[in-house]
Amino acid sequence: MTNRYETVFILTPVLSEEQAKEAVAKFKSLLKDAGAKMHHEEDWGLRKLAYPIQKKSTGFYHLVEFEAEGSVIADMELAFRRDERVIRFLTVRMDKHAIEYAEKRRNNKSKEKANA
Amino acid sequence: MADKTEIRYLTPISIDTQKEKYCRFKKKRIKFIDYKDPNFLLKLVNEQGKILPRRVTGTSLKYQRRVAQAIKRARHLALLPYVADLLKN
Repeated sequence: MTNRYETVFILTPVLSEEQAKEAVAKFKSLLKDAGAKMHHEEDWGLRKLAYPIQKKSTGFYHLVEFEAEGSVIADMELAFRRDERVIRFLTVRMDKHAIEYAEKRRNNKSKEKANA
Repeated sequence: MADKTEIRYLTPISIDTQKEKYCRFKKKRIKFIDYKDPNFLLKLVNEQGKILPRRVTGTSLKYQRRVAQAIKRARHLALLPYVADLLKN
């Protein structure tokens, strides 16, 4: 039984764009190796934090949506905790409403891009 | 005699006819409350960043639980503050 998950994580602003991309690629390959099926990913770029975390006031936000066994999540979160570049993360299991909403959101986004 | 004790008003006094409250999520058929959208969640907190009660927003119990969950997730991701002052100015 696989579930659909959505993970948002924040990388430290100390990294350069390149380094941030590399970190994201690392976590993506980790997921793929664990047999996760990627559905979607989003880069929100450098965003201001609502409150300081580890004395940083900004961070690179990244979102990944994937389908995997539940056991993958523990491994992934362990990797997040061990990696100093990650300052915050949140994984959420998506129910049917969340999946529906995410698909709608994606469609809106791609439409916006087409119009722009 | 009874007429004299009766109080008459020039304009009819407005008796508290409260507007009917409704649940915005039920009305708009919103099934999922997105924790990634801080601008929307801002409508459901006060200036200090506290979650507004149901009696103020009119949200049904089912969705109030989801609102609370979404706001707490947003706070964890630093999309909303845990404590703030003059959040809406």
